[in-house]
Amino acid sequence: MTAAPLLATRNLRKHFSLRGGLLHRVQAVVQAVDGVSFEVHAGETLGIVGESGCGKSTTARLLMRLVTPDAGDVVFDGAPVGRPGGLGLRDLRRQMQMVFQDSYASLNPRLPAAMSIAYGPLVHGVPRSSALKRAAGLLEAVGLRPELFANRYPHELSGGQRQRINIARALALEPRLLILDEAVSALDRSIGAQVLNVLIDLKRRFNLTYVFISHDLDVVQFVSDRVMVMYLGKVVEIGPVEEVYGHPRHPYTRALLSAMPSMDPDHRIQQAPLGGDPPNPINPPSGCRFRTRCAFAEDVCARREPPLGGVPGPLTVRGGLTPPSCSPAHDAACHMLVPGSGHTRAA
Amino acid sequence: MATTPADGALPLLLPDEALARARAGNSYWKNVWERLREDKVTIAVTLVLLAIILLAVFAPLVVWHDPLVGSAFTRLKPIGTERHWLGTDEVGRDLWARMVYGGRLSLLCGVLPVFLALLAGGSLGILAGFTGGFLNSAIMRSMDVLYAFPSILLAIAICGILGSGLGNTILALTVTFIPPMVRISESVTAQVRSLDFVEAARASGSRTLPLLRYHVLNNVLGPILVFAASLISISMILAAGLSFLGLGATPPHPEWGLMLNNLRPAIWVAPMTAALPGVMIFLTSMSFNLMSDGLRQAMDVRL
Amino acid sequence: MWVYALRRLLYAIPILLGVSLVVFSLIRLAPGDAADLLIPPEAPKEVAAAFRARFGLDQPLHVQYVKWLRQVLSGYLGVSVVSNRAVAGDLFNALGNTVVLAVPAALLGFTLGVGLGALSAFNRGTNLDKVFSATAITGVSLPHYWMGIVLVAVFSVVLNALPAQGMGPPGLPKTWEQLRHLILPVVTLSLIPMGVVSRLVRASVLEILSHEFVGALQAKGLWRRRVLFHIMKNAAPSVLAVMGLQFGYLLGGSILVETVYNWPGSGGLMNLAIFRRDVPTLSATILVIAAIFVLINVLVDVLQAVIDPRIRR
Repeated sequence: MTAAPLLATRNLRKHFSLRGGLLHRVQAVVQAVDGVSFEVHAGETLGIVGESGCGKSTTARLLMRLVTPDAGDVVFDGAPVGRPGGLGLRDLRRQMQMVFQDSYASLNPRLPAAMSIAYGPLVHGVPRSSALKRAAGLLEAVGLRPELFANRYPHELSGGQRQRINIARALALEPRLLILDEAVSALDRSIGAQVLNVLIDLKRRFNLTYVFISHDLDVVQFVSDRVMVMYLGKVVEIGPVEEVYGHPRHPYTRALLSAMPSMDPDHRIQQAPLGGDPPNPINPPSGCRFRTRCAFAEDVCARREPPLGGVPGPLTVRGGLTPPSCSPAHDAACHMLVPGSGHTRAA
Repeated sequence: MATTPADGALPLLLPDEALARARAGNSYWKNVWERLREDKVTIAVTLVLLAIILLAVFAPLVVWHDPLVGSAFTRLKPIGTERHWLGTDEVGRDLWARMVYGGRLSLLCGVLPVFLALLAGGSLGILAGFTGGFLNSAIMRSMDVLYAFPSILLAIAICGILGSGLGNTILALTVTFIPPMVRISESVTAQVRSLDFVEAARASGSRTLPLLRYHVLNNVLGPILVFAASLISISMILAAGLSFLGLGATPPHPEWGLMLNNLRPAIWVAPMTAALPGVMIFLTSMSFNLMSDGLRQAMDVRL
Repeated sequence: MWVYALRRLLYAIPILLGVSLVVFSLIRLAPGDAADLLIPPEAPKEVAAAFRARFGLDQPLHVQYVKWLRQVLSGYLGVSVVSNRAVAGDLFNALGNTVVLAVPAALLGFTLGVGLGALSAFNRGTNLDKVFSATAITGVSLPHYWMGIVLVAVFSVVLNALPAQGMGPPGLPKTWEQLRHLILPVVTLSLIPMGVVSRLVRASVLEILSHEFVGALQAKGLWRRRVLFHIMKNAAPSVLAVMGLQFGYLLGGSILVETVYNWPGSGGLMNLAIFRRDVPTLSATILVIAAIFVLINVLVDVLQAVIDPRIRR
């Protein structure tokens, strides 16, 4: 594929300072997201997995610009975000929307469902009656009958229904990319499956691109085309979903997948389990952050950070002279994969 | 037809009604209204208040003596005297007239300062709660300085130094109530601001003004109004207290606190008459308190 | 925790400065200054000008403020326009008398408040609850100065059992004669704290009872008294905070009750000062009481932080 990606980020970084003490001095820094780069192509679903605290949700908020990054670039459809001459915030938010995890807290308890959905278009200048009509259409699209649900309040709805309303609300602005931050994690399995099917259906109908964040490996496998694994604020592996799940190359990914109960008695996974204590994002280990729990860690892992599949390529900017990014490769950030890195297992 | 379960939950409906209700939606305020309807105490108290307010508003119609005119011949007549059914005060003025007109002043001193403090303090508080950062600190720290004075002290300080009179009283009480209003508005707004749906609304590219209108105000006004209602009774008691000290309304205005002070010497001679203004203050203040309590209970709906 | 206490104390300093600024501006806002009060209007302007120059009244405001502040911090609170004595001495005497009133009133009000509130909460919905709640709301809605008048009418006029006014022999109450003078004012003053604390305790206990952990404690088989102890420990922070505030109000807001009973406390002093337009006395009293209130607030905050570890930031 040589088409430019719809969304690309490079070296995103966000650190949170913790203040305390007598003069409210900065006492520690939480390195939530540290140098994250990836691309999302139009029409695909990129899954993002990792344990709690790995920086997935912060990454989502950085993409939506709900939180300002300390460093790094975000490029949407060729236009840099947040730069003069590039894409403004308001325009960005017309094209990229987000669905949050807590379906109840995401809805204003004082507004009926139709108003919650119509709010987005309303503030962008759409007249009230058309906005409400669009809301009714979207309710239909997510599988809720408008005559019954348009005037319902959040406390009168079930979790699955609320999440559908959240999806409808996200779609009201006709975005091109939807970020789903643990969107089905709080729902019962069966309800979550229904909502997932709605999402898949909508993606096809409206030509959407998804970024699907979850800690649930099964769900991500079901829904994604490519998947990205994060650990402690860094990307450790990225690639097509069958590749990553079938032949994981990073020790962390392998450990994660081995923790999944295998359904196939002939394919019992026999990797070394995760050892050591989960480290603190305030004081991450030097070099490769996973080394304290990695069964294959060596000196080189403490000295240098492993790059993600070689040298990171330049971002594509519309009208620029730089070549387009490469095809969806399967990359992992581990010294064992880099020839000549100094690791005994490197090729 | 609805059946009311005994434990105070909302009434059950028959299937058709339920369907119609589901279509119409069951908003928060509708919930509150239904709970209020079941609360007999609050209804009774609200009716009492309405009666007092109506009497005060239509004073000229229900009173047939001039509250400011007295006669030395009719001093301190007891309750039930012919032509003065509540008796007269120490200067011979009709007590019923003074009570009703006094109601005007006392209600004014109760409601107006709270209303003004609500406008000023509420806006400041919502602004502080919503913006956060430096503006928030600046506003809240200034309020902290005013908070350092016990309420009555602040009111006395302002009235004592600026002079007595109704205008100064209302000014003093408004200033006294602005810090609590700012504090509660800020607290509630800051809570709402951190909720997910506000973040979601911001994520849809909304500007600040519609965000405030559709998402913040309708969640914030409820608790603020309940708090303001509870301040009214304090305002009335403080205003009457100021008049009692000679700092509030000046003679010959019929203000309940002032009447209390003037009738004090009469307690040896006509105790019922002397106690009457206090009873009115008590009644009105209690009604406001009970009403605001009832409102708070109705609004504390766990949805 | 010491860090928090220190930080809280440091923070009180700008507040106190702000308070002094407010008091100072109120003084200056008073129509007419000392020159207008003491010099007859027919005197030539030079006399007034000389007077102002001598007492520093013609200097710019911030200079006056600094001078005044330095005086205050060194303990000099001005001279009463009326009695021509130093304010400081009279004020501290009067404050002492107010404390004699405030402490028993606080103890009575808080004890009754906690008792009534807790009993109400544990017997929620019963007639007992209704009666106690009615008592509490009466305490809050009643104009307590009016109640004082009524009590005087009943106990002094009709029954002739207790003195109607005054403090009796000065000093700490040791004799029965002194205690007799104390009873009615203390009861009157305790009404509001009783009402406020009772309502708060009832609400807090009800809220805690609704938490799941109480059910867990009872399921563990803890004896009722132990569960009670746990509940009280949880309710303590906010109740203590309000108690501290109420004590501050008792000290600062006693003026009405002291007026009714002619009690020679700080409130009575203020009342006289208002009546005689004695601005130095009035402003000094307000300043000192506000300063004490600020310190009580600091104490209450630190106490809350000691009890509830979540508060220490």
